[in-house]
Amino acid sequence: MRELINGAQAIVRGAIHAGCNFFAGYPITPATDILLYMIRELPKVGGIAIQAEDEIASMGFCIGAAMTGKRVMTATSGPGISLYSENIGLAIMGEVPMVIVDVQRMGPATGGATTVAQGDIQFLRWGTSGGYPVIVLSPTNVHECYSLTCKAFDLAERFRVPVFLATDKETALTLSTVDVEAFENLPVRVQVNAPEDGEFVPYRVTAPDEGPLFSPYGGAHIMRFTTSTHDEHGQLTKVAEKVRKLNEHLAAKVEAHLDEISMVKADLQPGADTLVISYGVTTRAVEEAVRTARERGRLVSSLTIYSLWPVPEKEIKAAFAGIHWVIVPELNLGQYSLEVERLAPDGVEIVGINRVDGELISPDEILVQGGLQ
Amino acid sequence: MSNQAVMTYLDETLLPYFFCPGCGHSLITDHLNATLVKLQLDPHKVVIVTDIGCSGLADKYFTTNAFHGLHGRSVTYATGIKMANPKLKVIVLMGDGGCGIGGHHLINAARRNIGVTVVVFNNFNYGMTGGEHSVTTPPGGLTSSTPFGQLEHPMDICQTVAVNGASFVARTTSFDKGLPDLLVAAIQNEGFSLVDIWELCTAYYVPNNRFNKSLLESTLTTLNFPTGIIHQSARPEYSQAYCQSVAEEAGKKPMPALPIQPRYKSDLDRRLGIVIAGAAGKKVNSAATLLCRGALLSGLWATQRNDYPVTVKSGHSVSEVILSSQEIGYTGITKPEIMLLLFKEGLSTVHSQLDAMTENDSLVINRDLLPIQTRAKVIPIDFKQTSHWAYRKEYWTIIALARVLHEMHIYPLEAFKEAVSARAEFAEDNLAAIEAGERLESN
Repeated sequence: MRELINGAQAIVRGAIHAGCNFFAGYPITPATDILLYMIRELPKVGGIAIQAEDEIASMGFCIGAAMTGKRVMTATSGPGISLYSENIGLAIMGEVPMVIVDVQRMGPATGGATTVAQGDIQFLRWGTSGGYPVIVLSPTNVHECYSLTCKAFDLAERFRVPVFLATDKETALTLSTVDVEAFENLPVRVQVNAPEDGEFVPYRVTAPDEGPLFSPYGGAHIMRFTTSTHDEHGQLTKVAEKVRKLNEHLAAKVEAHLDEISMVKADLQPGADTLVISYGVTTRAVEEAVRTARERGRLVSSLTIYSLWPVPEKEIKAAFAGIHWVIVPELNLGQYSLEVERLAPDGVEIVGINRVDGELISPDEILVQGGLQ
Repeated sequence: MSNQAVMTYLDETLLPYFFCPGCGHSLITDHLNATLVKLQLDPHKVVIVTDIGCSGLADKYFTTNAFHGLHGRSVTYATGIKMANPKLKVIVLMGDGGCGIGGHHLINAARRNIGVTVVVFNNFNYGMTGGEHSVTTPPGGLTSSTPFGQLEHPMDICQTVAVNGASFVARTTSFDKGLPDLLVAAIQNEGFSLVDIWELCTAYYVPNNRFNKSLLESTLTTLNFPTGIIHQSARPEYSQAYCQSVAEEAGKKPMPALPIQPRYKSDLDRRLGIVIAGAAGKKVNSAATLLCRGALLSGLWATQRNDYPVTVKSGHSVSEVILSSQEIGYTGITKPEIMLLLFKEGLSTVHSQLDAMTENDSLVINRDLLPIQTRAKVIPIDFKQTSHWAYRKEYWTIIALARVLHEMHIYPLEAFKEAVSARAEFAEDNLAAIEAGERLESN
């Protein structure tokens, strides 16, 4: 059985399936649909969803709620991510599990509110001070809006870190026909709190790359949260050794677990000298272009990146075997291609196909500009 | 919690306070401790949320839960905490600086009447960054960033939140022996409470202005800022009001799938790109969705992407629909097989698609927009021939689509009619419009 839904609806469905029970957001095209759906749907499962006075408050509400044990999400677009910036840092520092949806529109500034773009890809990674890692997932279609939203909650809970879902106006708002059965019953990670008896130290970790145990406000233990560089008790510190340990921990807990985070689809063809690397909505054109090229007898490989950050380096490097040309189509002036470039072996040429005029990159453009005719 | 009375909520091992000698923060922190002792709250059920600035150092001394957040945002974290767990007592400690940068949040917390208590450590300047002026610096006040005297009017924090819906508002000084009782009343109030406490910054404001306790008190008089309980009102507390307002939703199935059972058959064996170029407010998007629903009823796959300006009822409105016998990946249309050009507003955005169309493609066009340069087969529609529909432009898309389906046999017109009927909204008019579209062909 099929139904007609858009990515925004699939994201909401995924969030509810994943146990999301708190949402705060501020209206912004093209992310508003998610806010409106959440406001209507979350109360049905005992959750809370509200429109905050601005994007900063949206993040603040979510972070506060997360510290009481709620599973939280917010959604915005590029200009909203700008306003989220300081609280993204807070969520990293305080180790707050949360999901942030970025329905990308054309920038810079207010740019094109109703215009598709993929211009936030580096911004999401480097969007707050300090440069500490976050996780960014990017769905290519409506089904993946559901499954990757579920995955985002899973990773947020696992690593106590903000996880972004980088989508775009087209994916979120284009109605698609989907198989109802494809919204499978994905596993949901249970929130494991610190044992109720015994000592609890808010930011004590068993290993530098593991997140601390959680105890909610109002729970069995006293919980201290701080935006400042802190020791394991959540008390401000300037002791160099403690500062180093904290900061290295914030990086290691994400970067040491690429095997748990990395998600790609490698559609590699033996003998191919050309590889297309894509993500998000652009992948849909790539799939058609690759199919057409193969029908015409061209050998071509394709790598779809679902986990943009941290960069799935192992999978990207593996896809380079035998490749001379790498085509990276993006709805920006070349952002993820920077990551591809730094990983590519000598002699491999990177070809960017870039559009920033609000139009999608078409399969034909990939065939022509990518030399796949 | 044991039955034994709690004698202090301070972690004695961390004392004395880290505040400057003579700083009002020490007095207020003592008063807050006395307040908590009076209230005998379970420390597990109390969250002290602090802002940035010297007042932000205060939470560390308390044995309650603590949240030390970003500058001016403390009220937002407190709101999230209270919304998520209304059983908690949430107390915000912030300075006059936080009230400035976070003024928007203060106003909105008051408007909601969210059940948190805000304690303002108001010493008229930024003690942590070097004594710059704040929103409460009195007129003429000398600070590092107003070396020639403060020109701005001091913000009346109390009146600001009072006129915006706070349910308990009080002002006093850190020297007030009755402060714990005032704070008890503030915390016991179910809704939003704010207590503005005027105090001395001995690092900056005192030396820079030869300020002291009596000048502080006379400033209150000069500015005509009253003290004591300034405002009280009985309004529903927000987290409770929210729970009540959504109570009836509980247990309903969230976002259920609305599958469309195919009941008709289509002979379409390829991908068909249909562009509907219209004007905003003319139901172009909703008609396109009905076209898609009819396609699903006929066993086809459909996608619909819309393009429109930021305005709602003016400018163009274009829907791009793809119908296919197979699953659809890429949703763009470079060369439409069918274009419906119904309103002049739509014309400007579809030029390149129009140019790409060939003699195998069809342009269904509002006669008023002729002549037009195209290689496509032109099928004009004269909406003047549709009797009263000529004046009901929001049905033109349905009429044109009915004609297309009737003439080109993409899928049965009955499926379109069923899609229209399945949506209670405007079903009757839409059905009549479809029939008008059918009749067009025979004209």
